[in-house]
Amino acid sequence: MNQATKTNWDLAPAPESTSHVSIKESYGLFINGKFVESSGEEKFASINPANEEQLSEITEATEADVDKAVKAARNAYNKTWSKLSPAQRGKYLFRIARLLQERARELAVLESLDGGKPIRESRDVDIPLAAAHFFYYAGWADKLEYAFPGRKVAPYGVAGQVIPWNFPLLMAAWKIAPALATGNCVVIKPAESTSLTMLKLAEIFQQAELPPGVVNIVTGHGAVGSAIINHKDVDKVAFTGSTRVGKMIQESIAGSGKGCTLELGGKAANIIFEDASLDQAVEGVINAIYFNQGHVCCAGSRLFVQESVRDIVLRKLKHRMKSLIVGDPLDKNTDIGAINSAKQLETINGYIDIGKEEGATFYQPVCELPSKGFWCAPTLFTDVAQSNRIAQEEIFGPVLAVQTFRTVAEVIQKANNTPYGLSAGVWTDKGSKIFNMTSQMRAGIVWANTFNKFDPTSPFGGYKESGFGREGGMHGLAAYLK
Amino acid sequence: MAKDKPTSTSSNGRLSVLKTYKMYVGGAFPRTESGRSYSPAPAGKPIANMCLGSRKDVRNAIVAARAAQPSWAGRTAYNRCQILYRIGEMLEGRSAQFVAEMELMGLSSAAAKKEVEASIDRLVYYAGWCDKYQQVFSSVNPVASSHFNFSVLEPGGVVFLVANEESPLLGIVSLLAPIIASGNTCVMLASESRPLSAITLGEVLQTSDVPGGVANFITGKLDEVAEHFAKHLDVNHVAFDRDDKETLVSIQKNSVGNLKRVRAYSCDWSDVDSQGPWLIHDFCEVKTTWHPIEKISESGSGY
Repeated sequence: MNQATKTNWDLAPAPESTSHVSIKESYGLFINGKFVESSGEEKFASINPANEEQLSEITEATEADVDKAVKAARNAYNKTWSKLSPAQRGKYLFRIARLLQERARELAVLESLDGGKPIRESRDVDIPLAAAHFFYYAGWADKLEYAFPGRKVAPYGVAGQVIPWNFPLLMAAWKIAPALATGNCVVIKPAESTSLTMLKLAEIFQQAELPPGVVNIVTGHGAVGSAIINHKDVDKVAFTGSTRVGKMIQESIAGSGKGCTLELGGKAANIIFEDASLDQAVEGVINAIYFNQGHVCCAGSRLFVQESVRDIVLRKLKHRMKSLIVGDPLDKNTDIGAINSAKQLETINGYIDIGKEEGATFYQPVCELPSKGFWCAPTLFTDVAQSNRIAQEEIFGPVLAVQTFRTVAEVIQKANNTPYGLSAGVWTDKGSKIFNMTSQMRAGIVWANTFNKFDPTSPFGGYKESGFGREGGMHGLAAYLK
Repeated sequence: MAKDKPTSTSSNGRLSVLKTYKMYVGGAFPRTESGRSYSPAPAGKPIANMCLGSRKDVRNAIVAARAAQPSWAGRTAYNRCQILYRIGEMLEGRSAQFVAEMELMGLSSAAAKKEVEASIDRLVYYAGWCDKYQQVFSSVNPVASSHFNFSVLEPGGVVFLVANEESPLLGIVSLLAPIIASGNTCVMLASESRPLSAITLGEVLQTSDVPGGVANFITGKLDEVAEHFAKHLDVNHVAFDRDDKETLVSIQKNSVGNLKRVRAYSCDWSDVDSQGPWLIHDFCEVKTTWHPIEKISESGSGY
């Protein structure tokens, strides 16, 4: 037999151009419809995690700035926003949705530059979904009585919102769109490492002629978020982030009477039965854990494989992992981009060490990582025990922990056995098994024969320590109404 | 004096048998493990030696409620409807006893009668909701991809209910009924000053086909047990219906351990507008399930 000719299957680089994006050297805060300087002096660098180069300088807001932003929001609520007809409010949101679509490429490139996520994802997921959220909630503004049978609802007034770094613009849309549709005004803080698309969104608000003060953006670290959440004139708080911080928020606002929704961590179980379409399942598992470098609260970070198909699933999984391209987020071929920050890379590497120490079997495909920037190759642990920390704690990186099971009852018990309850996945060809499994999972979102799908019409949120309240759909409106 | 009022002696000089009020946990009527008691005297005169429930009693009741929860949630909605209606039937049959007890606790005869009747009607009202709230609150979501995607309500799990002080029966029923309607189980701390009807309601529940553990009553003092149920990791929700801001705040703070959903109420339960399916919704989670749709021609959505 002839030796097969060795073919080079490597893809030629296909980098997206950055020429279409303008980034200011320095950004102030967005308060009352204008970019303003902080009352303090402090600035911090926003860097590109793929090459560690500085993109811009961001303002660290002070408590006085937060106060100013809340006052602007209150003022806008009293004087303009609450006086507008709901249909008019909706039209502003439609305008914003359209502007997001028109400026999609600019926003997608900026999102990848700033956050390290592959352009494929920011272009095809983050930005289109952000626009879709504004579009969806725009239409609710003048139809609220249909969403709440038998209830008379009213907006809270000023909503204080704090969002994470994994989907910067999308999370902004998730929070701002329903808040405005229901008649609230907003003070929002992006994560310190990913403020740029939020500040670009401020430009879009100006372009849409959104009345001044309806949305105010204050940038900075955790203390700024805490100042927003604890501000006495903020009526409702919405937070997406870690369970640890979520608990601190629940405690700090106790007795304040503030409305509160928390979207916190997760440790989703992805369950493959022997009767599943295995190729489809493996592709789903890859998407579940390696999408956005695993920086996804609902990431399928635990895989449960039925013992009878363990070997074949692992073989297919490793094979597929070998073909994942890790590298330049702006390259259209890239599957896994840069880890968002040095700090997060340290956390992930810490967990990889823990996994090895706990005795799990470690696997990474051979792949060359860029010399600068923050990178982590797709990682797989097998022989994981239920009590291992890598099976219990949220890692927020491209690390998958694989366990096996024999019976339905066993896997239900194992899958539900974490404090989290955000999402779960089930792969089987049998309809009755799907419904049994999806109804038994203690999780807010269950994907059957699919994973990591999002849509503005579809409620998203957790059971247990993954938080409370829902975002998306008409259920997501309730969070912004009394 | 009403003939069936439990007093020491009846008109013919017969010495009455006084009722020992125990708690209601897991379908049985245990005394408190602590062996302690207290003597509430809402009308100035002590009405009974009530069990002064302890931390351990709270724990036992939560264990019973947790054990009962999956099978209660697993019953059909129709079956829960019938059981809630059955509670109403049994309460109707024993309404005289409740009226008498409420008079003993200081309510006027007219107020007591009104309270019992409103409680029965409320049970019947929620019985009717058991198989309907899901249709009101669920949705099929028209996602922009070829998936079938729907959201339903699921019970949150175990609810701790702190019943109000003023309305010894209606206050409990107005929250208990929506809590168990969806398949939650419940541990209740009865009114501290007017606890008798709670325990007698336990007797009604026990004879109403309500499985043991679905509804449990503890009697005792809120400030002794609040910290323990708020910190307990097997309680999913707290329903707080007392005019006690300070304790509410401490419960909210102590609830962060497992992110309990704490809901506070201050309703006039005698008002029919205070009832509604949103109270069922308050103790539920929304679950969204996605599944692909086979669409060969295009990547459209089928719904």
